[in-house]
Amino acid sequence: MVLEWAVRAGLVVAAAMTLLSAYRVIRGPTVPDRVVALDTIGTNVVAVAVLFAVETGRGLFVTVGLVLAIIGFLSTVTVAKYVVEGDIIE
Amino acid sequence: MTGPVQTAAVVALVAVGSFFLAVGTVGLLRLPNVFNRMHATSKATTLGAASLFLAGAVYFPVEGAGLTSLVGIVFLFLTAPTGAHMISRSAHRMGVPFLGEAEWPADEDGDEGEA
Repeated sequence: MVLEWAVRAGLVVAAAMTLLSAYRVIRGPTVPDRVVALDTIGTNVVAVAVLFAVETGRGLFVTVGLVLAIIGFLSTVTVAKYVVEGDIIE
Repeated sequence: MTGPVQTAAVVALVAVGSFFLAVGTVGLLRLPNVFNRMHATSKATTLGAASLFLAGAVYFPVEGAGLTSLVGIVFLFLTAPTGAHMISRSAHRMGVPFLGEAEWPADEDGDEGEA
């Protein structure tokens, strides 16, 4: 019982932090601000996936979180290269 | 199903992880510059997500999703500094100014610090 409520509270906190990070995506003064905020949203969604796995007892969603982390890292590196050099694959 | 020690460990790790996620997001919203915001998110948010992965590793059996959680921790600690470093280098090359008296370390001797 304690574990279920703790995981639900963690889900609420992680979802609220994801929503608050959207402020920096929309209002961020520069492009790197938006990239950093999107990276934070990606990490928060990974946390939500892991908490959802613990809440439902399905270990598959941990793998979902790992794949989301990989996609977030790839997109961060891609945008960081794109905003400076203008192309990604030379 | 879960013992009391396991329950206490999972609850404590979820609490620590949520706290560090909140710290990282507050830093992202409140700090004044893109480099300072990156400092908040790349450390605190990564620590929070790694703590939640560790909660998953405690909760699930180690031959199933628990091992995946440990792999996730290793992956986060490898990729988060790399991504933050690449964004900060891109921001410097785009010409985002530093706060105050701070300078890029390699600006004196040429090729690495070229904007």
